[in-house]
Amino acid sequence: MVETGHFALVLAFALSLVQTIVPLFGARLNNQRLMAVGGPVTITGFALTALSFVALASAYANSDFSVASVWENSHSLQPMIYKITGTWGNHEGSMLLWVLILTFFGALVAAFGSNLPATLRANVLAVQGAIGAAFFLFILATSNPFIRLNPAPIEGRDLNPVLQDLGLAIHPPLLYLGYVGFSICFSFSVAALIEGRIDASWARWVRPWTLVAWMFLTGGIAMGSYWAYYELGWGGFWFWDPVENASFMPWLAGTALLHSAIVMEKRSALKIWTLLLAILTFSLSLLGTFLVRSGVLTSVHAFATDPTRGVFILCILTLFIGGSLALFAMRASRLTAGGLFHPISREGALVLNNLFLTTATATVLVGTLYPLALEALTGDKISVGAPFFDLTFGPLMLPLLALVPFGPLLAWKRGDVFAASQRLMAAFAVALAAMLVTGLFIDGASVFAALGIGLAVWLVVGALTDLAVKSGVGSVAPAVMFRRFAGLPRSVFGTALAHLGLGLTLLGIVATLSFGTEKILSMRAGETVELSGHTLRFVGLYPAQGPNYSEDRGRFELIGVSGSPVGEISSAKRFYPVRQTTTTESGIKTLGLSQLYISLGDEAKDGSVVVRLWWKPLVTLIWGGGLVMMAGAAMSLMDRRLRVGAPSRRRKQASAAAPAVLP
Amino acid sequence: MTRKQKRLSVIVGGLAFLGAATGLTFYALGQKASYFYMPADLTTASVQPGQRIRLGGLVEKGTIQRGQGATVAFSVTDTHKSVKVTYTGILPDLFREEQGVITEGTFGPDGVFVADSVLAKHDERYMPKEVADGLKAKGVWQESKSE
Repeated sequence: MVETGHFALVLAFALSLVQTIVPLFGARLNNQRLMAVGGPVTITGFALTALSFVALASAYANSDFSVASVWENSHSLQPMIYKITGTWGNHEGSMLLWVLILTFFGALVAAFGSNLPATLRANVLAVQGAIGAAFFLFILATSNPFIRLNPAPIEGRDLNPVLQDLGLAIHPPLLYLGYVGFSICFSFSVAALIEGRIDASWARWVRPWTLVAWMFLTGGIAMGSYWAYYELGWGGFWFWDPVENASFMPWLAGTALLHSAIVMEKRSALKIWTLLLAILTFSLSLLGTFLVRSGVLTSVHAFATDPTRGVFILCILTLFIGGSLALFAMRASRLTAGGLFHPISREGALVLNNLFLTTATATVLVGTLYPLALEALTGDKISVGAPFFDLTFGPLMLPLLALVPFGPLLAWKRGDVFAASQRLMAAFAVALAAMLVTGLFIDGASVFAALGIGLAVWLVVGALTDLAVKSGVGSVAPAVMFRRFAGLPRSVFGTALAHLGLGLTLLGIVATLSFGTEKILSMRAGETVELSGHTLRFVGLYPAQGPNYSEDRGRFELIGVSGSPVGEISSAKRFYPVRQTTTTESGIKTLGLSQLYISLGDEAKDGSVVVRLWWKPLVTLIWGGGLVMMAGAAMSLMDRRLRVGAPSRRRKQASAAAPAVLP
Repeated sequence: MTRKQKRLSVIVGGLAFLGAATGLTFYALGQKASYFYMPADLTTASVQPGQRIRLGGLVEKGTIQRGQGATVAFSVTDTHKSVKVTYTGILPDLFREEQGVITEGTFGPDGVFVADSVLAKHDERYMPKEVADGLKAKGVWQESKSE
């Protein structure tokens, strides 16, 4: 089975070369038969990669320690779920998952792209094949997951205990679906540059793909943030760690792309800019892969440091980013620029959004790469953390967030800021009230907290106002209003939900940072502690045995008003003997939207235990907002004009008008 | 305003915006980035009390003292020099004697480094990269330590 997987991987590499070369020449020579090779080859390549992945996963599931990667990252006593998720809990396996998703998206284009012009489809598949070929070669040459060990060890070295968590089952696949999803936008852009023209179908395809990739990336980042929050025991949700920035940059650029693609689709303006953004977004995904996988950064994600890998990925990076940008420089002038528009309009607002988002991406990029560049040039080692981003990223986000509710209320072509402001009066009043209540009635609220809460409420109510205005609240009879509401395009709901989710995330962040409380103290069994009105009693430390670890579980009781326990929280110190590693399992109790968070420290000689407690008000909104944003993207995808297979008048006309070019 | 003036004002506005963002970024890099030092570097570098730095090295054997409550004192060494560090909080799971750590904080007036964060390795197989490089440069790195 393992050799089958290895062989399938080599075959998939060979096919990806065919997928790159044959359709590309076919499109150049306008040869239908050569171009038609692309589809089946892409789908077969995906099937082979899937086979290869299944082979590796089954080696992990069966604890086949004759495979080096399984030996290094698995153990026979691990629960089955961690054996399987361990497949991508290491460098080699995670790269295989990366190409699996890449070929999957390629196969989707091959399977559902029959309505694309033949040359565009052939070029897209060729570019997708080229990316695949580079990464297949990378895997086979430097990170082969199928290398055997002889003699086979009896027992494995266990998966990194931090990764032995359900988060590993969700975070990497979602994140990769996002990262790699942007490869389709990239391939479409490069294909358009190769052809030297931007097709109408190009515009129609880029937006749904951006939405899909953005949705998964949002989920991946939110899930990664929650995972780090509960697993690492530090109680923080975002650390401005370079690895986090690596996923955040494509998200910011992808968000900009999402918005500029709307302008392109509706008004066929900003075409060249959108194309450039699509290239940049995937370039940032590649950069993220490089930063995380090359070992230039030390983090939980850098599984192993092997210089050849870093150099190899750097070459891939240079080839694709440099190549696509060079192609852009050569061809961009040939493309027809879109129409002009008035600065005060929906388009104008979206351009402003892009200006802010791309500048914000650039500041994150500088903050992430500057320490690396400085070390390479001067040898000075510096770290750029939260204080830097608070000063640069923060000021860019504040005006952008304040402007968000205006955007959807401005009309296309020529908007009226005054009319939009009038409609937002209610939202503004609510936000102002929230700000005043926070500032005046909550103890210890800073100006920042009051402004932040006000801004978050402004976003939430602003998003709802958009829906209310568009369904005619206050101007038509209730029956008409409900009919209008139900008949609103799904993309309007999508926009409102995404902006609402953004507001909820901001609310969670501001509330947690401003009103969260923290206590570090040493406790003995039977002692109680109070934190922001919650009384906790430390019951004691209880040893327990897990499948591949032993633990000391500290149990705490939440004492209710009556003095009797109303709930239990437990946090544990786990010891994994195979890796000689200790981890902390945090104890979390969700109360409404807020959480009590307990992290257990070391036991002192006198039997007391250091305990760190946090009260995190509204903290779940941080990730809940992310889920709402994902729901918004899903809603937009279900919009009539994007639905796959939905009959569209335009397509019918096109096929009726030009039957001759169809094969 | 004529069409030309309008376009010009949009371009000037955009450039001013980008200029402000660039200026802010470089100001922030100068002010907010914290430099990494090993204990022996501190004799040559001038680090003011209150200046935020990152101090890395190995936790010196036999120096970990648990004080009142959650306060811990230990020494960080690069085998040439060592610096006394105090920290209040929960130490990372992989914090041990003779293991690489990075602490971030400021020097107090008494010359004791007051750390507000202590990072150890994420994984028992690797040393923080800065510490490993620093030890290599000082000729005290042994490959066996990485295992």
